[in-house]
Amino acid sequence: MEPTTLIAQPPVKDKKGKRRKITVAVTGLNAIDSPGPGVAVIRALRESSEYEVRIIGLSYETLEPGIYMHELVDKTYQIPFPSAGIDNIYERLEYITSVEKIDVLFPNFDAELYNFIKMADKLKQELSIHTFLPTMDQFEARHKSNLVEYGKKNGISVPNSKMIFSTAEIPSLTKEFTYPMVVKGKFYEAAIAYNPDQVASHFNKISAKWGLPIIIQQFVHGAEVNVCAIGDGKGNTIGAVPMRKQYITDKGKAWAGIALDDEKLLEETRKLFAATKWRGGLELEYIKTSDDEYYLLEINPRFPAWVYLTVGCGQNQPEAYVKLALGESVQPMTKYDVGKMFIRYSWDMIVGLDEFEKISTLGEL
Amino acid sequence: MKIKKNIAISDSGFIFNPSTGDSFSVNPIGLEIIKQLKEEKSGDEIKKHILKTYAIDEATVEKDFYDFLKMLEQNKLSAENEKVN
Repeated sequence: MEPTTLIAQPPVKDKKGKRRKITVAVTGLNAIDSPGPGVAVIRALRESSEYEVRIIGLSYETLEPGIYMHELVDKTYQIPFPSAGIDNIYERLEYITSVEKIDVLFPNFDAELYNFIKMADKLKQELSIHTFLPTMDQFEARHKSNLVEYGKKNGISVPNSKMIFSTAEIPSLTKEFTYPMVVKGKFYEAAIAYNPDQVASHFNKISAKWGLPIIIQQFVHGAEVNVCAIGDGKGNTIGAVPMRKQYITDKGKAWAGIALDDEKLLEETRKLFAATKWRGGLELEYIKTSDDEYYLLEINPRFPAWVYLTVGCGQNQPEAYVKLALGESVQPMTKYDVGKMFIRYSWDMIVGLDEFEKISTLGEL
Repeated sequence: MKIKKNIAISDSGFIFNPSTGDSFSVNPIGLEIIKQLKEEKSGDEIKKHILKTYAIDEATVEKDFYDFLKMLEQNKLSAENEKVN
């Protein structure tokens, strides 16, 4: 296939100053109790002052609520799970682009990023789909299992952690760690353990779900603070909003949060972007100790589900992502409203069986 | 003691610390004290004002005022390196 000519620096608004029409494909439509960021990203894009977006939802399961939110999502296509491999996913996207002209692909799951990063060049050259993802090196380096090394390399304080592969390694943990310690899954879930029995119990529970290794991290006392941010891939921070969770679900997800005025945390964030030249959106999870020291707990390589708070605070970070994906220059957003809160809620949609039937049988709605 | 400059104080007694995201409610006397601290009045000035305005004895003012300042400090509402005076 001949590479398609791409438009460099496309004009955002036409001569009449109208918003330019673009199509964005978004994953993470699972607005459930442990929500994917897709619906929040779509809301942000719908409020863009520069783009009039057509939203293509990309779903994995038939009960992802975003599929049925027609005021937000124009059309949904089911795509294969990341485990199906790059070829299958690419083939499906090839089909979708035979029907839809997708300008930007906006992935929102950690687990799917590996495939999309791998195929990003091919998507751009052959299907004219733009992305703005971290490089494979950036993506791999920030894994939980590599975080200590990552911290050392980039001058960031990270609690000591190590990977373990068997419960036989638990007794010797006290040589390097003190109780309590945090037992973490490779991709998701974490639990605090106060003794070896609890470490073993969490090890078995989490490894059964997410596989090995299990990461043991030194527990740090303090308040958890998070940052939703975006970098331009050249070391510049394009936007950053710090938030403290005010209401946390039993899965540890924020159900309410508030934007903070925390210059030291923003400085930590800028330092991280400058050192790593991170490309795209991310969420940084820090612990702030009572001595106002910050320890980086995790880097989530995509926007969090609470990304819409950044819009509420005056920084439309998903819009910035789209602009960067399209190769447009974006000025750093340095201001935001402190004290703005988000409060999540659940909502029962009534859905006709015909809709469920369509997505279940045709893989489209 | 000084109150951190970025602390938001509403007339209803709602206090918001934008650095931590914590919020508090204080009663009218607490609000009066915080406002005076924000105006950088000294502890003695504030205590004198309370004794003059309200029917209360000096020992109670001394104790309650000290407790209140401790509370402000514990909740990180006081400016750094400023101890209770």
